[in-house]
Amino acid sequence: MATYLIRRLLIAIPSLLGISVILFTVLAMAPGDPFSEMATNPNVPPEVREALRASFGLNDPIMVRYLRWLSAMAQGDWGFSFASRINVDDLILQRLPTTLFVVGSSQILALCVALPVGIYAATRPYSVFDQIANTLAFVGFSLPTFFTGLLFILIFSVSLDWFPFVYRSDIAATGWRWYWEMFRQAIMPITVLGLFQAASYTRYVRSAVLDVIRLDYVTTARAKGLSERKVTLRHITRNALIPVVTLVALQMPAVFGGALVTEQIFRVPGIGSLLIDAILANDTPVIMAVTFVFSCLVVFFNLIADILYGWLDPRISFS
Amino acid sequence: MSQVSVSPGRETWRRFRRHRLAMASTVVLALMIIGVVVGPWLWPVAINDIDFSAQLQGPSWSHPFGTDDLGQDILARMMYGGRISLAVGLAAMVVATIVGVLIGAFAGMSRKYADPVLMWVTDLFLSLPQLPLLLLIIYLFREQLKAVFGVEGGVFVLIVIVIGGLRWMPVARLVRAQFLSLREKEFVEAARAQGATKLRQMTRHILPNALGPVIVASTIEVSSAIIAESTLSFLGLGFPPDIPTWGRLLFDAKDQLDTAPHWALFPGAAIFLTVLSINFIGDGLRDALDPRRVI
Amino acid sequence: MNEQEIRGLVADVKEGTLSRRSFIKRMAAVGIAAPLASQILAWNDVAMANATLDYKPTKAGGGGPLKMLLWQAPTLLNPHFASGTKDQIASRIFYEPLAGWDKEGNLIPQLAAEVPSKANGGLSEDGTVVVWKLKQGVKWHDGKPLTADDVVFTWEYAADPATAAYTTGAYKDIKVEKVDDFTVKVVFAEPTPFWADPFVGVAGMIIPKHHFGEYKGAKSREAPANLKPVGTGPYKFAEFKPGDILTGTRNENYHVANRPHFDTLEVKGGGDAVSAARAVLQTGEYDYAWNLQVEDEVLKRMETGGRGRISAVPSGDIEFIILNTTDPWTEVDGERSSVKTKHPTLSDPAVRQAINLLIDRDSIQKFIYGRGGTATASFVNEPKQFKSPKLKYEFNIDKANKILEEAGWKKGWGGVREKDGKKLKYVFQTSINAPRQKVQAIVKQACQRAGIDLELKSVTASVFFSSDVANPDTYTKLYVDMEMYTTTQPQPDPERFLNQFVSWEIANKENKWLGRNVSRYSDPAADEAYKAAQKELDPAKRAALLIKVNEIFCEANVILPILSRTRVAASTTNLSHDHSGWDVDSWNIAAWYRS
Repeated sequence: MATYLIRRLLIAIPSLLGISVILFTVLAMAPGDPFSEMATNPNVPPEVREALRASFGLNDPIMVRYLRWLSAMAQGDWGFSFASRINVDDLILQRLPTTLFVVGSSQILALCVALPVGIYAATRPYSVFDQIANTLAFVGFSLPTFFTGLLFILIFSVSLDWFPFVYRSDIAATGWRWYWEMFRQAIMPITVLGLFQAASYTRYVRSAVLDVIRLDYVTTARAKGLSERKVTLRHITRNALIPVVTLVALQMPAVFGGALVTEQIFRVPGIGSLLIDAILANDTPVIMAVTFVFSCLVVFFNLIADILYGWLDPRISFS
Repeated sequence: MSQVSVSPGRETWRRFRRHRLAMASTVVLALMIIGVVVGPWLWPVAINDIDFSAQLQGPSWSHPFGTDDLGQDILARMMYGGRISLAVGLAAMVVATIVGVLIGAFAGMSRKYADPVLMWVTDLFLSLPQLPLLLLIIYLFREQLKAVFGVEGGVFVLIVIVIGGLRWMPVARLVRAQFLSLREKEFVEAARAQGATKLRQMTRHILPNALGPVIVASTIEVSSAIIAESTLSFLGLGFPPDIPTWGRLLFDAKDQLDTAPHWALFPGAAIFLTVLSINFIGDGLRDALDPRRVI
Repeated sequence: MNEQEIRGLVADVKEGTLSRRSFIKRMAAVGIAAPLASQILAWNDVAMANATLDYKPTKAGGGGPLKMLLWQAPTLLNPHFASGTKDQIASRIFYEPLAGWDKEGNLIPQLAAEVPSKANGGLSEDGTVVVWKLKQGVKWHDGKPLTADDVVFTWEYAADPATAAYTTGAYKDIKVEKVDDFTVKVVFAEPTPFWADPFVGVAGMIIPKHHFGEYKGAKSREAPANLKPVGTGPYKFAEFKPGDILTGTRNENYHVANRPHFDTLEVKGGGDAVSAARAVLQTGEYDYAWNLQVEDEVLKRMETGGRGRISAVPSGDIEFIILNTTDPWTEVDGERSSVKTKHPTLSDPAVRQAINLLIDRDSIQKFIYGRGGTATASFVNEPKQFKSPKLKYEFNIDKANKILEEAGWKKGWGGVREKDGKKLKYVFQTSINAPRQKVQAIVKQACQRAGIDLELKSVTASVFFSSDVANPDTYTKLYVDMEMYTTTQPQPDPERFLNQFVSWEIANKENKWLGRNVSRYSDPAADEAYKAAQKELDPAKRAALLIKVNEIFCEANVILPILSRTRVAASTTNLSHDHSGWDVDSWNIAAWYRS
């Protein structure tokens, strides 16, 4: 196991380097210019713009820029934002806690809803409960988050006036009030994201449980006289978890990367909105830093998933 | 065992027919497809007829689905846009599923280099930032595709490739995970012992058992492709802004949600019905293909 | 309107038979923005008025928090690096210029003791020297006094090309001298009619020498004060998270008595315009939201709750359509839409005239922009006596059909008109923005009825307005037949604004499509009038020349103005605020109060 882990981690280094080359090339070739506002502003002479481009090294060939980025990154220098003129790592660190909190909680919420509902629905396929759960799940992923988010705002903020819909990263309160205010402002984005995610998770869980529920070993376990509860939890769920683990591993990087649409609707100052602002302003150092960390997480959680497969189903071997 | 003589295809169809929800869904989906194809002839109202005197009207005899903020008939718009939404949704689903299943299956079967390489490709695609990539694709390929396939055809091909090409990764990961587990199961070992080739093990023994998550993933894919199409048109990558696809109708309607809910209700319901029926068809197919299931 | 008529009006104002306000209105109607109109009056010794907010509170502080919502979030706070309005608004809270523009275009002193004029000796007769007297007793937030050294330093800082300031255009060709501790002299290289650019308004914020002195030139990006501003403004800096939130507290030593009213200030960014309006008008979570480019129907409905209201002030921004008279589909010397080519159909003036008749401006204003714009076909609509019969706007499909018919464009297959095998089929491009897409739909439908087929194209704003040389979809490339966008007046003076109508600014490959004349159309008469206006010191004569430039382009139906845009903001009902279309929204934030 240990050698396997070390081998996988060693493979991860060249594969991340390869990914970073491609990311950098895509960003460098994508249309857009970080100083376009300067170019269309008649008050700024072209020399100034050229001087600025030169000072940020934008006129060098892509390969030179990539190597410069790589060597800086290796020394822990994440780059310098064109738009905000501060260090990229400062920008990311300002946004990280909010994203981890909002997107992380929504993932937990999604799992807390999807696992019990999906399992219970699968043990009684085509029952009333199953039908209702399915229909709600379909509604859930047919409606995009921009729509459900707005619906929530109209109901809970505008009509009922229960929750604020502008998320503030610094709340002017202390103690219990702080927690209460935090809860009030976070509940809508977390619910919108969580339920959207839960809708698809529920379908996957149900389908995975249905796949194993009629297998012979489950019948055997029942025949042995094990309680239904034990059969469901120990024998069915564990074997049905493989697709769920895959999905959760797919979603984990998003806990860092943020949720673009939801962050935009509720003005959550997370990494997702940082990324979209950076993309719209062609602020390449920020885009590169965020996407590179994101890809590291993608690779890392893929590895975690593989290890979990081995634990869930000991017959799976990678050696 | 008296039906041994019945061909597997016919047997599947018999089992599928007995799945009532699946049959009903097939009918619903067929009706929707007929509706968007034939509908514009039966309801010959121009999709872009602007009538400021009939802004945001609710459903009535002259406008069964109501009107939008320029007084345009929503029913006519939905039938016109539905062709594109349904075609994009289904085609992108097929592309994403096929690519995902192929990559996932090969990675999951391989015990040598194919797995790490294919997983690297998957990781790469997962980490690409979509917006700059899309802008790059528009910039590089739009004119060429337009020249080859014409305006609408070019956009259609581009959208299907883009949506399918950027969304196959979850399917691939899911299929690979199923394969990793299934390839070690007794029935596959039995097939291997009997000398079944790798390809036969894959297509005959493992794949049918790995279809569960694939079907779920592809139904989710239909709805996200319909929505994604509308997002693309905001980047200038999709169809021209005056073509009312369902995702676009839903997006346009959002600011008037409190005063004109009908505007959002009909396209929302159409997407929902599509997803619902495709999903039940998928369930029916799986039940019909799974010999263990008694129907 | 010619010089004589302008002079007549000025005389009326002097005699008191015409109010100042109606003078400015009349000048606006002929395309002369309020700031220039005010200058005409000032030149003729009619004192500048004051249309700023009437300030009621009798003591500073006690107003609680002021919460503003900018749906585009500020990303930096150095006023000379501020690239967009969002950053300019944010930095204006902490920094102040010598003078700012109110909503009627009056120059209001802020750090200056008075506005220079001929009467007080501030303006030289030859138009090359301006003397500014600073207000005394102004303190920076750290307690140090503001002196002429800071003003001179601001010039040195912004004029240095290595600093790469966005405001450098206002400073690079001038000299600034310190006369005494509270007087500076600005010397222009040439007679300059529009002298109120350096140290005024958006480009004019004064920065402290003792914080930026070491960070001039190439080191400018390292200055700690870039992120922690120390200014003279009514609020002191507290915290800033780029792209998210900015907070400030009341400046106890503010140089205007009894101001500011609010104890703290918060500027939150992000989201979209509709939900920003919602947060002010419907839920009252925020007090003020800016630049609401939202369909007016939506805003009106939100206002019915009575929690907030909308205010709109005129600005120099014009939403218009360009008809391309060059050929966008033929490449000559590596560029399309080259002036060496002629558009196969749009070079026919009859076709252009017909298209101008197919724009339903009244409906566009009434149903889409509402208070966000005023319909206009030319710059000459009101008042009646100056209305040129050639330039009135009209929506008339029958007339358009008749004109096309007479010009020999006959309806062919599919109802599209054609002549000599050339069809009236056009690609109509704009940026992605809901109201613009609706205008596209309205124009397309009317054109269809006149036998003109439009293919609509929309480009994401970040590409459309970029200057990417390699991208064919930018607005300056004009690789389409028709294009629509808003051109904003970067300065209160129209001179630089109108350089989009001169031949030497035509965008082409040689100047990397950075030329300001996107339409590619030119006329020697317009060039001549423009050049004369650049040197003309008498504002009335100058205005007449600039009006002429406008008229030439509108009469040719190359530029089809649709709306004169206003700046729309939302505020809660109890907030008294003061925003201006000639300066940033926060220009007079010290005077805002809650009743």
